[in-house]
Amino acid sequence: MHFTINGKSYEAEVDVRTSLLDLCREHLGLTGSKKGCDHGQCGACTMLVNGRRINACLTLAVMHQDDEIMTIEGLGTVENLHPLQAAFVKHDGYQCGYCTPGQICSAVGMLDEVKKGWASHVSADLTDPAFDESEISERMSGNICRCAAYPNIVEAIREVAAEQREVAA
Amino acid sequence: MTLLDTVLGRDEHRSLRMDKPVPDSLLDRGAQGVIGQPIDRVEGPLKVSGRATYAAEYPAERLSYGVLVRAPFGSGKITDVVADEAKALPGVIDVITDYPSFIRNPQQGGEKKAPTQGVEKVDYHGEIVAIVVAETFEAARDAAARVKVDYEPAEGAFVFADHRDTADRPPADQIPAQSSQGDVDAAMASATYTVDQTYTTPSQNSAAMEPHASIAEWKDGKLTLHGSYQMVASDQMQLAQALGVGNDQVRIISRYVGGGFGSKLGIAPESVAAAIAAKRLDRPVKVAMARQQVFDATVRRSNTEQRIRLAADHDGKLTAIAHETLASNLPGEDYFEPAAIGTHFAYAAENRLTDHKLVRLNWLLAGSMRAPGEAVGMLALEAAMDELAEVIGIDPIELRRRNEPEQDPEKKVPFSSRQMVQCLDRGAEAFGWSARKKTAGDRRGEWLHGLGVAAAVRSNMLQKSSASVELTKDGRAIVSTDMTDIGTGTYTILAQIAAETLGLPLDRVIVHLGDGEAPPAAGSGGSWGAGSSGSSVYVACEGLREKLAKAMGVDADELTLKDGRAIAENRAVEITELVGDGMKVVGTIQPGHQEKAVRQASYGAHFAEVKVNAVTGEVRVVRMLGVFEAGRILNRKTARSQCLGGMTFGIGAALSEELVHDARNGKVVNRDLAEYHVPVNADIPQLEVEFLDGRDHHANPIHAKGIGELGISGAGAAIANAIYNATGVRVRDYPITLDKLLPGLPD
Amino acid sequence: MKTFDYARPGSVAEAVQAGGRFIAGGTNLLDLMKLQVETPEKLVDISRLDLDQIEERDDGGLTIGALVPNSDLAADPRVIDKYEVLSRALLAGASGQLRNKATTGGNLLQRTRCYYFYDTAAGCNKREPGSGCEAIGGFNRIHAILGTSDQCIATHPGDMPVAMRALDAVIVTQRGDGDKRRIPIADFYRLPGDTPHIENVLAPGELITHVELPAPPKGKQTYRKVRDRASYAFALVSVAAVIAVEDGTIASAALAFGGLAHMPWRNPAVEAALVGQAPGTAAFEAAADALLEGARGFGTNDFKLPLARRVLIATLRDLTQ
Repeated sequence: MHFTINGKSYEAEVDVRTSLLDLCREHLGLTGSKKGCDHGQCGACTMLVNGRRINACLTLAVMHQDDEIMTIEGLGTVENLHPLQAAFVKHDGYQCGYCTPGQICSAVGMLDEVKKGWASHVSADLTDPAFDESEISERMSGNICRCAAYPNIVEAIREVAAEQREVAA
Repeated sequence: MTLLDTVLGRDEHRSLRMDKPVPDSLLDRGAQGVIGQPIDRVEGPLKVSGRATYAAEYPAERLSYGVLVRAPFGSGKITDVVADEAKALPGVIDVITDYPSFIRNPQQGGEKKAPTQGVEKVDYHGEIVAIVVAETFEAARDAAARVKVDYEPAEGAFVFADHRDTADRPPADQIPAQSSQGDVDAAMASATYTVDQTYTTPSQNSAAMEPHASIAEWKDGKLTLHGSYQMVASDQMQLAQALGVGNDQVRIISRYVGGGFGSKLGIAPESVAAAIAAKRLDRPVKVAMARQQVFDATVRRSNTEQRIRLAADHDGKLTAIAHETLASNLPGEDYFEPAAIGTHFAYAAENRLTDHKLVRLNWLLAGSMRAPGEAVGMLALEAAMDELAEVIGIDPIELRRRNEPEQDPEKKVPFSSRQMVQCLDRGAEAFGWSARKKTAGDRRGEWLHGLGVAAAVRSNMLQKSSASVELTKDGRAIVSTDMTDIGTGTYTILAQIAAETLGLPLDRVIVHLGDGEAPPAAGSGGSWGAGSSGSSVYVACEGLREKLAKAMGVDADELTLKDGRAIAENRAVEITELVGDGMKVVGTIQPGHQEKAVRQASYGAHFAEVKVNAVTGEVRVVRMLGVFEAGRILNRKTARSQCLGGMTFGIGAALSEELVHDARNGKVVNRDLAEYHVPVNADIPQLEVEFLDGRDHHANPIHAKGIGELGISGAGAAIANAIYNATGVRVRDYPITLDKLLPGLPD
Repeated sequence: MKTFDYARPGSVAEAVQAGGRFIAGGTNLLDLMKLQVETPEKLVDISRLDLDQIEERDDGGLTIGALVPNSDLAADPRVIDKYEVLSRALLAGASGQLRNKATTGGNLLQRTRCYYFYDTAAGCNKREPGSGCEAIGGFNRIHAILGTSDQCIATHPGDMPVAMRALDAVIVTQRGDGDKRRIPIADFYRLPGDTPHIENVLAPGELITHVELPAPPKGKQTYRKVRDRASYAFALVSVAAVIAVEDGTIASAALAFGGLAHMPWRNPAVEAALVGQAPGTAAFEAAADALLEGARGFGTNDFKLPLARRVLIATLRDLTQ
């Protein structure tokens, strides 16, 4: 099978049952994406597929041979962090770090959804959603953090979103 | 320094036993200015970029995959493990069980012996009885589902209520199971005001985000296990003894641990199964427990039934406190949830009673989960204090103020440091407590608003801990210890302590953690990690300062170290000129007389505003503030995060977390993260945390007290008290789910 | 997960002839396959088929391709404008990640979250006909109070289908022989009865290709969901409501419920108790009485009876104010 991950081509011989998550973790050495539940109940495996955030544990690798896949490793490096990665460090948006790659990938996807004007469960007006702390919390609720860095995660995302808006404006 | 020096024990050792207070700390005299600062986690860039490696993320040659097989019944004996179908599947290497060696129960934290072994006997539903090993995870998972376990069922005890009258009193553990002073019954009979209520809390699961995982690899008769464990040194001993090999034949490596909260204190079944399989197959085996198996077969916090009796005189002064707890555990296990651990010293009262009994059930092992004792004990005690304040007709903060003890009310020894009332006062001011309405009725649309308060106490402990610190000839410090960082900030605070005491910029300090070949540390548990391992680094650095002073020919007390330079007697030299080929000291801290001479604990106060939907009973936390005093705060950023985490655990315990056991077989019914409801982001508002300044000279030379479990202690009670203030409905059966509120809500 | 053959047909016609289980988003099917609750021998990957459009019809309704992800359906301006209840229901479900993957067709077929259905060590007539129902006599907090049988008390866990039930959606399918069917959602789902493993009227190999929404209903719309967390949890009770009040009386009402039954629940008697009445406590109580006619709890889900009543009445009050 052939895959495009973080802009790089990979060939892998894998069992048809292999999830996208296990493909990365067990076959390609991309262990940044985490397995917390393997059933779409925690969000630790969140990746961006064609720009959209999904649970990589609940999809088969074989179904993604034509897709652009982005994992935490493609987002930034230790030396060159993505703004959200840097904001998570600055605001302590983690503790043990296990849910963190998923949180950050999710946040990237989420901010893109906001940019598209998508509303959320807590939006009073579906046509013109506000962007505040409760919106960030609701939209990030698919990523469980048992260390409960939630307030810091919200703050990190809020700051990056505000910077992006400034740049856009 | 060479490896040979280490091996031959030629490293210099320094030790400090806390027999006397240490009023003078180098951390107060350091010139580097990093201690206490809200410094970003030093390992942060690795974590946010996905480069920090957790247990299951190490490569190995010829790696195979193991998937564990459970017993599908609640009590009895296995008669056969039928694996023909499983073994016939492509890619399957073997199906292995070893009845005597597999562990029946995980081990408690800090134990130095093997846990209960022998899986032919099944004591709880989901007990791990075999392992399937295959070339791929996919093949192993499929095969594991096809292994059939035949068994003879036996009678089991699956319902707490049915067996509560058979409870036995276990031996002392973290506290004595029973204590008594004066006459509580007489005090209750003669009191002006009393509360006599029973509170219940359910089983809970730590639900760390990283499921327990091990990669086992044998080389030359020695096992290396990459595991996800909190206490490497004792976990190595547990594992070695379970495997029947010498303690020095097992090396555990836990550089990054994806959360523990108690669930990874002792070894869990995956480590032994992986090690046995790896040995038998002569190739490395990786086993990551499925999330469902974490719920089934690791460790739970016990459910409790707690009767609290409070008696007070006409001035609202307590004359009696009694805290009697029924908890549960497996037959043969002595661990009991020490719910009264904080009750011993939280409040003054002449007549006192604590008691703990165990109901023997065929439910998975009960053990430590974040703040064992206080976490659930204060859900009861602090709710009862709220009830008493109402009975007396005084503010709940005032009630606590009137019952602030001058010394430990049982041991009659001084408090090492205590600012509980100050925390309450500061919180009241910051939170706007004076706006609280005395009775329910603050309705805004469909929502009923209320405020609640609860105090927080958490015992402070010191554990023996060692670390080596080496000054290299290029002027870096390398800290090595088998201490773990489970998200607590260990990497960062150890670097800060070394940087401060050695006068090095933070980026000149390198911290190696979690390798069982390094000096043995206290491990991460009981909130003792920072104080214990931090002090070991401190002691080592103190030794290095003396060596530097000697090399410079000055008195160590005269020495100022800053930015890699040593300054004394109007001279300044680069420390690289002093260290020669390198200097290394192994520091050890150990508890001493200060453990008994004073009562050591951290304190705090929780303030919560909740809203309860008058139609549905849904509860939302609107805002919450925790004010804490825990001695020196080593890093205000990571310490705050620990408190946020604790407070959120408290919210979960108050509102949503309940591990349900099936009445027919004891099985955990809600065994995944969809149905065991830990709080999600939307459940948690922008919590606030404040620290009061403190120094505890009795605790350790760095003057820090434990903080990891302080945030959970009392937090849920503040929520419960706020719910009562909002609705007038007092729910004493945690968690306070909407179904329990509905009958008391307005039509 | 048992192994399976994998096929990716290039068209609907090929797909319905491929003979196997369809997989699109996979968020529920793979979840269950990992536990061997589902063990298909062949997966037919329909995720690339051209069924991801939302189109307006001449009658004012919408035709939604079966592969439209939940996220996109919720965000569609036409849905937000004319079918707000649907958008709200979708946004109340699952998480951002799951909504990005889960599809319209797949979500209609989401299987129950019953704990005992998920655990292969437990007896479950839905998973293994004849093996009993451990939810009855067990822990059944999330279980049904309406339309149950002595074989099964599972609920349908979805949110989107509840809104679609209130909107009288029509499910369009295609079978292996090329036959297309239009199945009103009222006829799509089945109560458990003696065959709880059969959850809908689809024939083997029959593929949902589209969902049609009739022209938008009159009145106000809302979706209210009650759950054990603020987000990312299944409904204990939910209600999709579309109510029109004209000249002081309720002109029309469509009320569907989640969390109460084996399928999105709609009972004409509830609406009959309202239509023609003045909005107010009497009519609302009568509607709630009609809803709970024949309802029964199984122990830990007893609270759903008062909860459903309260949620219904509050929702009616909101929409008629």
